[in-house]
Amino acid sequence: MSDPILTLDGVFTNIAQYHILQGVDLQVPRRQVTMLLGRNGVGKTTTLRSVIGHWRARQGTIRFDGQDITRMPTPAIARAGIGFVPEDMGIFADLTVEENMVLAAASGPIDPGRLEWIFGAFPPLKTFWTSEAGNLSGGQKQMLSIARAMIEERKLYLIDEPTKGLAPAIISTMARALRELKAQGASILLVEQNFAVAKALGDTANVMDDGRVIWSGPMAQLARDAGLQEQLMGLSLEAH
Amino acid sequence: MTAAPEHAPKMAQASFAERIGPWMPVLLVPVLCVLGFMAIPNTSSWLTLTVSGLAMGMMIFIMASGLTLVFGLMDVINFGHGAFVSVGAFVGISVLLVMGHMTEAPSLMLNLLALLVAVVGAMIATGAMGYAFEKVIVMPVYGHHLKQILVTMGGLIVVEQLIIVLWGPEEIYINRPEALKGAITFAGAALEKYRLVAVAVGLIVFGAMRYVLRRTKIGLIVRAGVQNGEMVEALGYRLRLVFVGVFIAGSALAGLGGVMWGLYQEVITAHMGNQAMILIFIVVIIGGLGSVEGCFIGALLVGLMQNYVAFLEPKAALISNIGLMVAILMWRPMGMIPVVKAK
Amino acid sequence: MIKSLFSDDLPRSVVLSVILGVILVCLALAPFLFPGVRTVDTAARICIFIVLVASYDLLLGYGGIVSFAHTMFFGVGAYGVALALTHMGRGFDAIVVGALSGAVVSAVLALVIGLFSLRVRAIFFAMITLAVASAVAVLVSQMSGLTGGEDGLTFKTPRALTPAFKFGGELFGVKLNGKLLAYYFVFFGALVLFLLMLRVVNSPFGRVLQAIRENDFRAEAIGYRVVYYRVAATCLSAAAAALAGSLYAVWLRYVGPDTTLSMEIMIDILLMVVIGGMGTMYGAVIGATLFVVAQNYLQNLMGAAAGLVEGVPLLPDLLNADRWLLWLGVLFILSVYFFPTGVVGRLRAGR
Repeated sequence: MSDPILTLDGVFTNIAQYHILQGVDLQVPRRQVTMLLGRNGVGKTTTLRSVIGHWRARQGTIRFDGQDITRMPTPAIARAGIGFVPEDMGIFADLTVEENMVLAAASGPIDPGRLEWIFGAFPPLKTFWTSEAGNLSGGQKQMLSIARAMIEERKLYLIDEPTKGLAPAIISTMARALRELKAQGASILLVEQNFAVAKALGDTANVMDDGRVIWSGPMAQLARDAGLQEQLMGLSLEAH
Repeated sequence: MTAAPEHAPKMAQASFAERIGPWMPVLLVPVLCVLGFMAIPNTSSWLTLTVSGLAMGMMIFIMASGLTLVFGLMDVINFGHGAFVSVGAFVGISVLLVMGHMTEAPSLMLNLLALLVAVVGAMIATGAMGYAFEKVIVMPVYGHHLKQILVTMGGLIVVEQLIIVLWGPEEIYINRPEALKGAITFAGAALEKYRLVAVAVGLIVFGAMRYVLRRTKIGLIVRAGVQNGEMVEALGYRLRLVFVGVFIAGSALAGLGGVMWGLYQEVITAHMGNQAMILIFIVVIIGGLGSVEGCFIGALLVGLMQNYVAFLEPKAALISNIGLMVAILMWRPMGMIPVVKAK
Repeated sequence: MIKSLFSDDLPRSVVLSVILGVILVCLALAPFLFPGVRTVDTAARICIFIVLVASYDLLLGYGGIVSFAHTMFFGVGAYGVALALTHMGRGFDAIVVGALSGAVVSAVLALVIGLFSLRVRAIFFAMITLAVASAVAVLVSQMSGLTGGEDGLTFKTPRALTPAFKFGGELFGVKLNGKLLAYYFVFFGALVLFLLMLRVVNSPFGRVLQAIRENDFRAEAIGYRVVYYRVAATCLSAAAAALAGSLYAVWLRYVGPDTTLSMEIMIDILLMVVIGGMGTMYGAVIGATLFVVAQNYLQNLMGAAAGLVEGVPLLPDLLNADRWLLWLGVLFILSVYFFPTGVVGRLRAGR
């Protein structure tokens, strides 16, 4: 197996005086969907934000594609090839869908072929291309948020709860899009609470608790073992 | 491909009130003009006052626009912004005085050329000063409003004093270029030529600014950055660089506004920038901090209000603008066009 | 006894205690230690500015709110006394009525401005106070019928506070007259106001204010209505500034826009509070004393220095006595960066 695209080694991150991450060790293999699971408040979002550089790791190293990015500024990390879909989606509400997408294509004009592919995955974006993004529905905003990350080819996608609060039909649209993304050869680090999605998409799983990764292994193994789920997350994912 | 039915294009038809809502601030300008028309008995006086109100508003807009963008983009409030107005005026007027033979010549071309040189000189000076100000005064106090206010106020004091050191403590009286003196008569109303020029320059600056903000990528970055700077960085843009650029541009515009304001008042002092800040603050507050459109509308309202009231009851002019601010904040506590922050 | 007088908030530094003690003794005995019209006038100004700066510190240092309307409140108090003495006659009752109404008007003004701006964003307050204070200053100079306009008002204070009133011969070579009484009226008035403010910042109210300054989100989350506390601090500080203004009016027997309302005084207050030390109360004492003494005497020194470098280009202009604000501005910026706790903070840290 080749070296992982992303490696976190003993990462500690504080927010104000609170110690959120307390030594996260995590590996994201290439060309796979890596799940980051765990209860609310265990540090999943903080892990993603530490990678992209919105919050700074106080200790430990973060390596991306052979490069130490721990202290790099956020724009440089993004340009190194990381797409980020934050938990709050980070939509520019006063800009149109088109303007959101033009901005997302940071290295040049939008590639028409790629845009067609995105329109195929998320038809509403085509319909509302010239509307203000703030007027979109919740599901459409989430589509835009992921589409923004997808508009340029990146080595790694960090995606934070893309299915939160969405209707089942839209969830399946999301899942299909992520699968297509993976089929293109991208690596994905996905935070997900919806177990059906996690089971369907995940190759490897990492379970966090209390600011650390406490278990990692094949997603299939975790999905099979209700007892393990109970032990790791205090509840059985199957119950969802 | 089967599109999920939930995604069928539907957008609820907005009610009349909802659709008119965003346009309300724009409508305030003609409404104020009409109110002025009803209050002022003489049509030609009204026309004269309206033009001077618009001219004044345009100049305030040019001075204030940089301040509001800088705030929107980086949450930086610059109480020293008035220093750029003063410096712009002093540099620009000095250039004009040097080129006295060109400004006194009765040739419009020569006059405008001299004015152009003066304006470019002032904008280069204040732009460079803005760069230094950002590096030395503002950068160390990012994210700390209290210190920003104190330090930028300190910067203003120092710059004002330096102006006095370089140009002397006395106010400088100036003459407008020959071709811009006097007035033209239109519909029985005397319209000062200089004010018409000010209106034109203001419209050009506003138009150019809107074009940059709406039609260029850098404009997109600025508008997106005002809403959610963190996400703009996560897309790979170096927002800090953009911010420095906006700071410099805003300072240069304040310098341009300073030259125009100086020629408008026909006298310049080291404190003129700080005096202009009173109106500038009122304008950015009622416009909505961070909003260029709001700033433009606010500036026009303040300019018109000031001129109408000064005609009707001279002593109430400044107070009337405070009243305008209070009324607008009661209507919209965040200003006319509030900027939606993602966080 | 002393502890409770100082509300348990002692200087906490030997050097600082000594300096404060010296200032206190000098001010208390100023007419005897430094007889002379100008020095006693300087001492009275120091007393008044200590109160004014301390009241500003209550807002800025403890509340974390920047106001540019502090001179407006100062002026309201001064004009209150001036108008009362002009229209009610030269009695102590007029002083009381003027001072109280000045304080009440200031507090109400502060309440209105505070409710308007602090409700939305704390930085609105700084901008709105700047605009309102300038408008009021213009208004005061325009309403010459009531306020005397640019010329201001000259009025008579109670006879017991004027030099014409004599109550004995001399003590240690100092004439016992009404001017001496006026000085002690100012001195004790200032002392009482300062101790009261020390009491306020060390009360539970003061502690909540500081908690809000440190982290307003958290304070709100714990259940304190941040806006109410900030508005209350604004009102208290405005009333205290007005009372300082009343003392000033009594001392000068004159009020005018330049002496009470001008932006220059506002900047002086900012410099005093930052250089002395924000959020310490004692910083007001140090800052006001340093500043007023420097204003009166340092300018001469700069004039002398400018004379020395005559002939060198630009330098004489930079050292011109009128340019001392330039150097203070530089000092001000440096103190905000490097010594945000001012002289008092340095002394306490170095103990």
